[in-house]
Amino acid sequence: MIDVLLITFIITLFYMAIANRMLTYLKVLAFQGVLLFVVVFLQLQEINPVNLALILLETIVFKSVAVPLFMAYVLKRNNITRESEPFLPNFVSLIITTFIVVVTILLANGINDTRLDKIFFVVALSSLFTGLYFIATRRKIITHVIGYLIIENGVFVLSLAVGNEMPMLVNLGIMLDIFASVLILGIFLNKIGDVFKDIDVNQLSSLKDY
Amino acid sequence: MIGIYLIGAFSIALALFLNRNKTITFILLGLFLILQGALTIHAYLNLHTTELSYFTYDSLAALLLFTLSIISIPGIIHSHIYLEDQPAPQESRAIYYAAYVLLLSAISAGYLANHIAVIWIFTEITTLSASALIYHHRNKLALEGTWKYVFICAISITFVFIGILFLSLSLEHAGSDDLSFKNLIANSSKLNPFWLRLAFLFIFTGFTAKLGLVPMFTAGIDAKDKAPAPAGALLSSVLMNLGFVGVFRFYIVVANTPLHHWANLVIGIAAFLSVFIATVYMIKVKNIKRMMAYSGLEHMGLVMLGIAAGGIGYYAAILHIILHAFVKSSLFFQFTQLYRVFQNKSIYHVGNYFKYNTAGAMVLLLGFISATAMPPSGLFVSEFLIFRSMFEAHQIILLVAVLLLLTMIIWAFGKSIMKILFIPPVGFDDSHVPVISPWESSSQFILLALAVYLGLNPPAEFVQLIKESVMMLPN
Repeated sequence: MIDVLLITFIITLFYMAIANRMLTYLKVLAFQGVLLFVVVFLQLQEINPVNLALILLETIVFKSVAVPLFMAYVLKRNNITRESEPFLPNFVSLIITTFIVVVTILLANGINDTRLDKIFFVVALSSLFTGLYFIATRRKIITHVIGYLIIENGVFVLSLAVGNEMPMLVNLGIMLDIFASVLILGIFLNKIGDVFKDIDVNQLSSLKDY
Repeated sequence: MIGIYLIGAFSIALALFLNRNKTITFILLGLFLILQGALTIHAYLNLHTTELSYFTYDSLAALLLFTLSIISIPGIIHSHIYLEDQPAPQESRAIYYAAYVLLLSAISAGYLANHIAVIWIFTEITTLSASALIYHHRNKLALEGTWKYVFICAISITFVFIGILFLSLSLEHAGSDDLSFKNLIANSSKLNPFWLRLAFLFIFTGFTAKLGLVPMFTAGIDAKDKAPAPAGALLSSVLMNLGFVGVFRFYIVVANTPLHHWANLVIGIAAFLSVFIATVYMIKVKNIKRMMAYSGLEHMGLVMLGIAAGGIGYYAAILHIILHAFVKSSLFFQFTQLYRVFQNKSIYHVGNYFKYNTAGAMVLLLGFISATAMPPSGLFVSEFLIFRSMFEAHQIILLVAVLLLLTMIIWAFGKSIMKILFIPPVGFDDSHVPVISPWESSSQFILLALAVYLGLNPPAEFVQLIKESVMMLPN
């Protein structure tokens, strides 16, 4: 069951690679949050109520409701165009994402470790690299943030893989996620929207050496 | 003590944030400096004891705390001068001081942490407080610098977290789940090499954002440029040392495993690329603050070359980061006065500084001599030892390449500094140049003199502390 969910997670990455509209990205992010919650629920065997509440807060409330709603609000308030405006065509994006997933599967096959479920490793690393790829090839600042959130989801999956032995690390990961996202989204995306009307990375190039 | 310190420092930061009265601000800042000094003395008197189970007063932490406490005093004085000179709203002034105190205390706690996750937490807090400092001017450029800094630091901090996860996988093979450095070193022979390799790559890459090394150095350069110079002084000295602590403590673990040579190779490549990139930018750069920031990139590259070479290089690396912190912070403190005279940070619009501020020009000249490691600068000693360690490690070709690059850096740096000091700027109207009291340069002279003293004639306790910090490393 967990495998099915994690494979669905990878499919969402492919879907993001060819999606065109900003709102689609947000919906996929929300869907990923729900997927993660179900995975946590099935994965962590001995879970105490406090931890469960924290994870519920992180995955459902934070990842699938609060962040997408806030981003939708930012999109609307700043009149950001709905297209994602990638530098590369979607077809190339899809090929590169596939390539990333294939490479991580090959990498994972080389590991001889019974303690780690390989599929967690594959999903985590693929979303890490897909997120980085997103950041590198999209034009809008808000898509950079979406790329960062994909990375965060990947890290969450990875922390689940070691979470049975060390629940402290899962909690630390949740802390990182909430802290960094609030810092990035809450403070700066709001401010950047006020100062730079159409938020585009090409405007962020005035810091120069001369 | 660390408990009292953290509670005290965080409440002082909170009080500074809420307070609008100038006298109370002075009292609070004074209290913080006393607290900081007390922590440093306490750390020195209680070496090798652990408090609150996550903080150990070891030799490296004591040395760096000493550096931080010294730099924090002129830091606060120059912040005061800066804020008096460039009137800012009460609110942003309060945020500035609160973030300054928070940054200093988070860095101090990060030095003392003996657990990789605790260092990681305090590194996150430095990102938060540093971004408040960078955003001090609330304009478009500051926003751009802050955004880049926050974003790159967020990605780096995620990388460190991924590294910690891999490290915990590696540690599971040793049948333990305690991620403190002591336990990691004790179990170093049993760590799984595959996961340890991945862990090292991610943790090293993550901490380079704070350390200011290739590949994540870019955000730091923008940050040092846009932050007010007294805050830039912290970013380019003590905060870089925090990044160094993160890398170095984990490096000690890796150095005790069979991966030692591989780790040296990774560090060596990043270090050489840093010196190379610093050279390229130093030749082109026209913005004085960025020039000083790139010089920091070069120095951190040299430090890491020393670490990769091993032997006497370990000793030299620790000495170098301490002396570099003094020299670079004094250059940044001096920059505020330079800016007050010329109201510009481009080399084209700055010049003949000796005419307008003799004491300040002397600081720049001596700072240049120190930063390029010419004798009698203390950095000369540490750089010389780094080169010797590379020579002893038979890295002759690398050494020659680095020396050539350093020659170019000295030429480029010297050309710009001489222009600032002696050649009159074109079209500069000097009728409104403010008179700057030479006393404002006194703290910089003290810092530079300290760098000379500690390099040429280090006290026995100082040498002993450095030797103890590198004791756990194999030769």
